[in-house]
Amino acid sequence: MSEPALLEVRDLRVSFKTAAGELEAVCGVDLDLAAGEVLGVVGESGSGKSVALKAIMGLLPPRARVTGSIRFRGRELLGASEREMRRLRGGRIALIFQDPLTAFNPMLTIGEQIAEMLMLHDRSLSRAQLRARTVELLELVSIPEPSSRIDQYPHEFSGGMRQRAMIAMAVANRPELLIADEPTTALDVTVQAQILDVLRDLQRELDIGLALVTHDLGVVAGMAHRVSVMYSGRIVEHAAVDDLFAAPRHPYTRALLASIPRLEGARGRLASIDGSPPSLAGRPPGCAFAPRCPMSAAVCRSERPALRPVGGSRSACHFAEQLGARTEEAQALR
Amino acid sequence: MTHYLLRRLLAMPLLLLGVATMAFLLGNFVKGDPLASILNDRQMANPEAVAAAKARWGLERSIPERYVIYVGNLLEGDLGVSFRTKRPVMRDLLDRLPATLELVISAMLFGTLAGMAIGVLAAHFRNGPVDHGARIVALIGSSVPVFWSGLIALYVFSVQLSWLPGPGRLAPALKPPETVTGFYTVDALLAGEWGTFANALSHLVLPTVMLGWAVLGIISRMIRASMLDVMQQDFITTARAKGAGTLRLLLRHALRNAMVPALTIIGFSFAYLITGAILTETVFSWPGIGSYAVDAARSLDHPAIIGVTIVGALAFLLANLLTDIAYVFANPRIRLE
Repeated sequence: MSEPALLEVRDLRVSFKTAAGELEAVCGVDLDLAAGEVLGVVGESGSGKSVALKAIMGLLPPRARVTGSIRFRGRELLGASEREMRRLRGGRIALIFQDPLTAFNPMLTIGEQIAEMLMLHDRSLSRAQLRARTVELLELVSIPEPSSRIDQYPHEFSGGMRQRAMIAMAVANRPELLIADEPTTALDVTVQAQILDVLRDLQRELDIGLALVTHDLGVVAGMAHRVSVMYSGRIVEHAAVDDLFAAPRHPYTRALLASIPRLEGARGRLASIDGSPPSLAGRPPGCAFAPRCPMSAAVCRSERPALRPVGGSRSACHFAEQLGARTEEAQALR
Repeated sequence: MTHYLLRRLLAMPLLLLGVATMAFLLGNFVKGDPLASILNDRQMANPEAVAAAKARWGLERSIPERYVIYVGNLLEGDLGVSFRTKRPVMRDLLDRLPATLELVISAMLFGTLAGMAIGVLAAHFRNGPVDHGARIVALIGSSVPVFWSGLIALYVFSVQLSWLPGPGRLAPALKPPETVTGFYTVDALLAGEWGTFANALSHLVLPTVMLGWAVLGIISRMIRASMLDVMQQDFITTARAKGAGTLRLLLRHALRNAMVPALTIIGFSFAYLITGAILTETVFSWPGIGSYAVDAARSLDHPAIIGVTIVGALAFLLANLLTDIAYVFANPRIRLE
């Protein structure tokens, strides 16, 4: 290996001090991302996926305790100085938020906010240069009439346009790593597809390593190379995207796949997962998914399964081997 | 927005007329004979002198008659003649207005700017020593009356420490600068009289701080609360994710948003300052509208009382209008219609 990996996260743990004691939101997560690669991070709300990725950028509140190792291009980010983090944030690592309405400052024009991103990382740019670059960026994400929209405020943009502008701002300084936290969740379904197209095109064009956080497997299917599925603060399955869809090695992944609405096929009630994820304070001693798992056995409730290689994937299920076979059976039946 | 401003400005004379009417009626319902402030005890005992004074000041007419005459004069900009100073009330007010405005504006600037700075610091260092200190400063400002704190301040800083001059606008030995704005500090600067400027400024310090302290208290608490709220917002995280430093986060991103709810309070506090000026001017022998109002009230000087009331009401109305206009500039999502 000549060049260190873009992102290498090892045993990341994040806990919050609360009145109820210290609660662990992320309990030992490993993530790897190569340059130009798209990694999907999937899980329901509360699974710790957003917290884990915010930790990478050092954006968690001070009461959060973060341990483990986060290496960006070989440089350890945990414990890095605020100065160094500020240079990376917005420069080599950028972030896209879920809700572009609340993520833009309502008091500043879209142009001012994008120009600020440029200016913070290159103080030598003149006003005219900043403006020209900002217009270019708005053009890049296909915002019509960028030279007039640049002076408008966020509330004058539609949801889709705002998210385009957010993407333009994120890629302003050509980041190597882009973290997109549910970038389409707050948008209409029709707009979602357009935004994903914009994101995918830019990711390819600029060769960005993209960590795509989502609860929507449909989004992952169209964009990601590899997928990490998180449940209750841990990664329960990690696989190449095709393997994940063809042969999920964890009952949770399988349940998630079953709950995707499809256009073709019989209409009926959408499959759902009974129960809800355990609270941070009340995780069961064994597998966190055991209480909701259709195949849980005694061992699941007493012993927490480790993430281990199964076929080409990695799974944290005691019955991962059987699972693969069962899906094949199920597919054969269909 | 032009339409809106026009409507507001047109409504003002009507509102002022209403205020004048209220002040007129209340003044006439108050027990006590205004003649007592016009005539001395010996003259009061003389029926002829009393009758002559009544005729001279129009007090023999009925209240409705007097009201009609008063409003007629008011429409011509005539506020009548003061019983006490025997000068037109308008003249008295115009002479004294600059002193009050100089004090109120400087107290406003001090209270708002220092209040904002303290509010931002308190929010940034919340629950730390800075925050607790700020809370105590705010509490003292809004709870200690100026007639007490003003005297203590005069005693400590003027009498004991001799850091600052005593009451008044200027040292008795100095001649006031040529009147342009009526603000001694500004006029002295315009005339290039540096010594006079420094002296006027040093006289302004104590009354400004004592009067502005209460405003500082309210505004610092308000800014702190709304800063804490704004700092939780997503766009603050966005700004951090862009690589913005603490100062930029606090001032450019948070304070701008936190200012919007605080604007209302700033508008209100202007009204507070106008009334607060009455006590402050009395304590610091400041020759403004406030001390004029106190003298007028003491001697049942009806024309002067109504005149002061109208000026006060006008100040309120203008402050409200300015607040509304400021909203438009502070918040791009607001349009006045």
